[in-house]
Formats: sequence, structure tokens, C-alpha cells
Amino acid sequence: MNQARSAVLDSTAVPRFGVGVRFRYDQTRAAWVLLAPERMFVPDAQAVEVLKLVDGSRSLAAIVDSLAARYAAPAEVIAADVAALLQNLSEKGAIRW
Amino acid sequence: MSPMNAQSQIEPPLGLILELTHRCPLQCPYCSNPLALERAHDELPAAIWLDVLDQAAALGVMQVHFSGGEPTAYQALPRLVARAADRGIYTNLITSGVTLDRARLARLAEAGLDHVQISFQDVQPDSADRIAGYAGAHARKLAAAARVREAGLALTLNFVVHRHNAQRVPRMIELGEELGAGRVEIAHVQYYGWGLINRAALLPTRAQLDAVTAAVEAGRARLKGKLVIDYVVPDYYARRPKACMGGWARRFINVSPAGRALPCQAAETLPGFEFPSVRDRSLAEIWQRDPAFARFRGTEWMPEPCRSCERREIDWGGCRCQAFALTGDAARTDPACALAPDHELILAAVAERPATPPAFVYRRMEGTQPSRTASAVITSK
Repeated sequence: MNQARSAVLDSTAVPRFGVGVRFRYDQTRAAWVLLAPERMFVPDAQAVEVLKLVDGSRSLAAIVDSLAARYAAPAEVIAADVAALLQNLSEKGAIRW
Repeated sequence: MSPMNAQSQIEPPLGLILELTHRCPLQCPYCSNPLALERAHDELPAAIWLDVLDQAAALGVMQVHFSGGEPTAYQALPRLVARAADRGIYTNLITSGVTLDRARLARLAEAGLDHVQISFQDVQPDSADRIAGYAGAHARKLAAAARVREAGLALTLNFVVHRHNAQRVPRMIELGEELGAGRVEIAHVQYYGWGLINRAALLPTRAQLDAVTAAVEAGRARLKGKLVIDYVVPDYYARRPKACMGGWARRFINVSPAGRALPCQAAETLPGFEFPSVRDRSLAEIWQRDPAFARFRGTEWMPEPCRSCERREIDWGGCRCQAFALTGDAARTDPACALAPDHELILAAVAERPATPPAFVYRRMEGTQPSRTASAVITSK
């Protein structure tokens, strides 16, 4: 299902955090957290690396390129994972396109 | 301290609910405040709240919910928001919206406020004003919601639903879209305190509940990725209880206007408890060591059938205040559970639901007598 959805995502689309959403490091839990109205998400290590690249100007393609260069992995594999992650967070209101 | 020590296994709290005041211009008959409302002269001074926020950040609190009563009635609110934001805590304002004028909102936004949740009583103005016990409340809320979006802040519309407005849930969701909310909360009345007193006036039918659930599901499907819809179910028709507050003293600390720290807003109704005050105890000490917080934490306290239930770490035994309010014993299984020995109390309340609802007992400082003045205010408009 995620793949079906990611297929329709335009790679030039620019993800940004939703209104009232904050991504920050929490010292107490030694973890990155995503804070939203009445909600908190604790992204896993892989998701944290993606979210660090969400700055409201990088496109989906730019985020994927940056990760592909860093991890020497095929861009299409990374693209599917990144799109699925961002799409999932968008359904929860944490990411807007 | 050894890592095996039970104390060190207590996870830090996620949320801090500050009931800054019990003063409120509205009189909703399902208010979550206790029946015995605290007076203005008992409210904590700002200096203590500022210190509580510093302690909360150090303890690992991620979100603060400025609540009440009406929190904007507390003069120093912008200073408290600024302090929380400065300490990296996510700030939520839980407001009726009726006094949220442009100047006040600008001060709060400047202080670093993240999110505003405005309560709505209905989508139909006359009904909304009647439920709130405040003529003109609905129009003021609509204006406040628009200002929140103009200020660039995240907006939630909170609707408490019951027999008088349940049929209008589809329209409530549309209002959220129209006002640019990122989140709509459809919350059935919870029947403790004021809600319990007004149960006969508020309890929906099973058919109403099912229609609300269907409307929420349809809204979620239609607005996926655009609007988050949170749904709080009424446990009178459930087979299993809700995980009240995510479990006793597992996620939240609630502090009353006078400074009493509680595991939930209604906990002061429980007899035999001495709840600690933030005036003389640190939040860390309260969270980690206070006997009232430890009393129903985890699963050790549970009676059967909870103790051996596979859902014991999902619903955490339901709601202690509901167990006490209905059975007189806070340590019994929540009667909302179909497996509870006292479940017939819930079934009886549903069976006794009157065809014609009685008048509301409005939430007022003076107490719980049915109020003639409130209805007079509304009918005279």
C-alpha cells in the first residue's frame, strides 16, 4: 500500500514539518523526538537521518540523493523507504507537502 | 542507585497538565474540573509555576498543557509559555477561546506558543451557547479560531459529544476543515464529576454512538494527510475500558490551581489519598517516590480479573476515578469492562437512560444545584 502511494509522490515535492510540529533531540531520553499537537513520535535511527534533511527547501529527490551518497545504497531502494516514511508521517499530520 | 532498583525503572513523564485556574466564563455541564472548584485566592503565584516548568524540563516532560478553567484568565500565562518554550517543552493552550482576543494571542505567540486547542460545544450556535451556559460563546470561538490561524499557530478544535449534538459530528469535522485546523478531537463525555451528575442529560444512545463512530471513520478516510481526527470513545458502550491517562502515573502529571499534583484531573475525588503539593515537594520526588502516584501504577495493585488479563498493560485497569465513583472502591476493576464484577452498574445506567433528558446542572463555583440563572441567561438572549 505504501509503495502504491509512494509511486504517485512527485520526487520534486518538498516535504516540510506540519504547522506546530517540532523535531528535536531530547537529552533525558537520549533520543530524537517529533513533537506535534498532543502527540509525540520517537522515530527510529533511519527515520531520524531522513528527518534531519527535512528543511522545507530540499525536495524528496534531494533528500534521497543525499542519503544515497552517504550510505552507498541504490537510490531507488532508498527512495521507496523515504517516500513510505514521509507519507506515513504525513497521514499523521507531522509532514506536509 | 542500582539500575535494578524499581524506582529507576519509572519512565519520565511525557506530559504536564497545569490547571492554572478554575475560573472560567463557561459552565459546561461535563467539565473535567472537580465539583469542588478551587478559588482564585488559592491559585499559585507565577514564581512557583515558573519553577515547576524548570523542574519539568529537567525531569524529561516533553509537552505542557496550559489548562484550567480558562487558562488565559491567569495573568502571567505569557510568561509561563515563554519559560516552557525556552526550556524546549512543547506548549499547548487548552482554551474556551471566548477571551482570546488579538492582543492576548499575539503575546502568547510571541512567547513561543506551539498549539491552541479551542473547545466547541456544538456547530449550531444556539445549542452551543446553551451547553456552554454563555450567550454568544460560539461566535467568539469562531473568531478566536480564525485568529489562531492568522497568527500561524497550530489549531485543534475539540468537540465534546453527547445526546444533544452527536448527530452533527459530520458538520463538526467540516468546521475543522473550514477553520484550517490541523486536528479535530471528537470526544465523548467522560462520566465523572460534573459529567456523572449530568449523565442522564448527556448519555447518547447506542445508535447515536455508532453514527458518531461511522462519521469519524468517514472523516478520517476523506481527510487523510490533511486533518488528524482523534476520537475518544464513551466507555459506557465498550466491552473493555479505556487506558485512562495512559495508565495511572505513567505519562502525565496534573497540577491543580492550588498546586496539588495528581495523576489525573479527577483524582482528588478519591478518598484516603494525600496528594502532594508542588509548593513543598519537587516534581521529581513526586513522580518517583510519592505513595499516591505509586498506588495504582503498573499492574501490581490489580485485582482479578485484571491481574491475569492479557490486556492489563493495554488498558491498565481502566479508570480509578470511575471505579470509585460507581462502586465506592477505587481499587476495583473499572465497571466499564464487560469482565468486571460490577459491570451491571454500567448496563443499568444505559437501561435507565431517560427518553427526555433532564435539565443540565451547570458547572458553577457555587456548587451543584440546578441553576435557574444559567438557563435564564440563555433564553433571554
